[in-house]
Amino acid sequence: MEHSFVLPNSGHTYDAKASKLGMWLFLYTELLLFGGLFIVYMVYRSLNPDAFLMASLNLNVWMGTVNTVVLLTSSMTVAMSITAIQLGNSKLSLKLLLITVFAAVVFLVIKYFEWGAKIEHGLWPGMEHFGSLSHGEQLYFYLYFFMTGLHGLHVIVGMIFIVVVMNKIKKGSINKDKNQLLENSGLYWHLVDLIWIYLFPLFYLIH
Amino acid sequence: MTDSSVSQPNFFEVKKGLFSWIFSLDHKRIGLLYLYSVGSFFLVGAALGVLMRLELFNPGADLIEAKTYNQVFTLHGVIMIFLFIIPSIPAVFGNFFLPIMLGTDDVAFPRLNLLSWWLYVLGALFALSTLVFGDGPADTGWTFYAPYSVKTGTNVSMSVLAAFILGFSSILTGLNFIVTIHRLRAPGMGFNQMPLFAWALYATSWIQLLATPIIGITLLMIVAERMLGIGLFDPSIGGDPILYQHLFWIYSHPAVYIMALPAMGIVSEIIPTFAQRTIFGYKAIAYSSLAIAFVGYFVWGHHMFTSGMSGPAAYIFSILTFFVAIPTSIKVFNWLATMYKGSINVQVPLLYAVAFIFNFLIGGLTGLVVGALAADVHLHDTYFVVGHFHYVMFGGTGFAFFGALHYWYPKIWGKMYNKLIANIAFAILFIGFNTLYFPMLILGIKGMPRRYYDYLPEFHTLNQISTVGSWILIIGLLLMIFNLFKGYFSKQKAPANPWNGITLEWQTQSPPTLYNFDKAPELVEGGPYNYPNAMKG
Repeated sequence: MEHSFVLPNSGHTYDAKASKLGMWLFLYTELLLFGGLFIVYMVYRSLNPDAFLMASLNLNVWMGTVNTVVLLTSSMTVAMSITAIQLGNSKLSLKLLLITVFAAVVFLVIKYFEWGAKIEHGLWPGMEHFGSLSHGEQLYFYLYFFMTGLHGLHVIVGMIFIVVVMNKIKKGSINKDKNQLLENSGLYWHLVDLIWIYLFPLFYLIH
Repeated sequence: MTDSSVSQPNFFEVKKGLFSWIFSLDHKRIGLLYLYSVGSFFLVGAALGVLMRLELFNPGADLIEAKTYNQVFTLHGVIMIFLFIIPSIPAVFGNFFLPIMLGTDDVAFPRLNLLSWWLYVLGALFALSTLVFGDGPADTGWTFYAPYSVKTGTNVSMSVLAAFILGFSSILTGLNFIVTIHRLRAPGMGFNQMPLFAWALYATSWIQLLATPIIGITLLMIVAERMLGIGLFDPSIGGDPILYQHLFWIYSHPAVYIMALPAMGIVSEIIPTFAQRTIFGYKAIAYSSLAIAFVGYFVWGHHMFTSGMSGPAAYIFSILTFFVAIPTSIKVFNWLATMYKGSINVQVPLLYAVAFIFNFLIGGLTGLVVGALAADVHLHDTYFVVGHFHYVMFGGTGFAFFGALHYWYPKIWGKMYNKLIANIAFAILFIGFNTLYFPMLILGIKGMPRRYYDYLPEFHTLNQISTVGSWILIIGLLLMIFNLFKGYFSKQKAPANPWNGITLEWQTQSPPTLYNFDKAPELVEGGPYNYPNAMKG
């Protein structure tokens, strides 16, 4: 059916501002999702300050630091890719996104080795050594695995999002004039980064 | 009705077939998909409710035994809350009418809208799968309190995952509505020229967005504990079940306003139309929705007065609870003032709206009774609480839902139901409802605890009255549904504007065309309810 009259405020036309607003609202929900975990962390840390300190000594600060640098760098490259496409340089934009995805992979690989080391030391819930830990330390590791695990899932989702966007840039459906989806993927990636910026000191640095 | 408006095919006729529905991006079709699914689950939930009332007709386990009873009330709660009330008005009537009332052709993100319906279906499948897989449906109550929810052998994980998925669906609907309201209002329609239903949905959507993630993560923690052994609420290693309760109610109390605010929006539409005059206190009603949403965020502790809480915290939660009554009564007084000296046309939708006020008043005032610290210690976990929230949820939101169904019925299907039968069905429903739930308030004051299949002999009579009430209620419900179906098959077409309403949906043809408007909608000067022929003074 041919539709002759289109409203000026139609919901079917491209609206970058609506898309951006929607993305920001979604990011609020993500922050609150982790917010619930931060509350749990706060309560249990204040109840078991010494045990949390003891348990945190098991983490490898170096690996955490490298991962922080990797994520911050990837946040920078995704921001640069947005500027690149706004200036009309899709090829550069694609390259920068590729670096971002590469950084995400590096982050996950380091994370894999970190978790692997913990499991090797018997620190996974239910293992023998884990059972010998104090209650507070057990809670610390529950939170550590739950929060970094959930964050890791977000890294994977963000990677997929960016790969989808890269595909669209290749096809030309994301371009100089129409690039809100790329910006949204960038916003999401910054969120992933932001949450890590909080997780890192909470688990690795506080003494 | 002019003939030119009939030239376009309506949204039913544009495409046919199952796939044109379940993959439709049209907000009206998605609204109806929600109506059919939400309505079906309401009937399942209601049947479970009747089953419980039958068991309680006599003391002792004469129909179902204790464990089954626990599973039945849990499933009743999960279905009614997550599958019926939360999506009911926003997802059905919000989807169908919000874009039309704002004068646009769709929501801001049509594909996201379809996704949220599919998530709803997925969540429903998860919830129902507990009937088939594992050791039966959860028996924890819909609150899934730890540590019992972690220890019980029943299939809690699936129910909890269902609630998680349904929460996601609810978030996406809320997000969609907020963006729609911000970006797609008709040219010239400022926030203060929006219909009040849109205001109510706006406030609701913010709660959906800002409260739901908290329960999402809390429920994931339950799943992690059951499946991975990550025992964050396990008291044996110092985990805190009270913390679970806090996190649960941080969402679930605001969720009460997700259920109530859209209903208030419906009432704010129905009353000016049938009083044929401007709504009294437009801004007061609009902003009180936001006030309820805001204050409602900080009162969750009143569910936990007996769980162990410091004195000062309890006082503060109690006082804040009383604050919620203020914006709520502002609305009630404004509705009454709107009807005062209006040219009232008593039709079925208005009856439902007035019944909403009556029931909600009882529900609201009993809410203050349990919100008071001293009274709550006596009444906590008794039938008084069950009576109270059914007055708010069913007597309030449920009745507003039926009212909306009767109000917009001619617009959605272009047909009219039999008004006499609709009136009779309403009367039976109203009487049945009050016979069913009022005795519960008395039983609670007398000390009958909730969530038991059994009771002491002295509660026998009142329980029998209540059960008889459930039969009356079901008769009224079936008659109402029968009448609505019958209307659909009647040959007589309804006029485009049978109630002489002036909000934008009444400017479209019935049923609306695919893109709602074939010319720019004309806004009423001086606000959405400025009736031109209303008596002055």
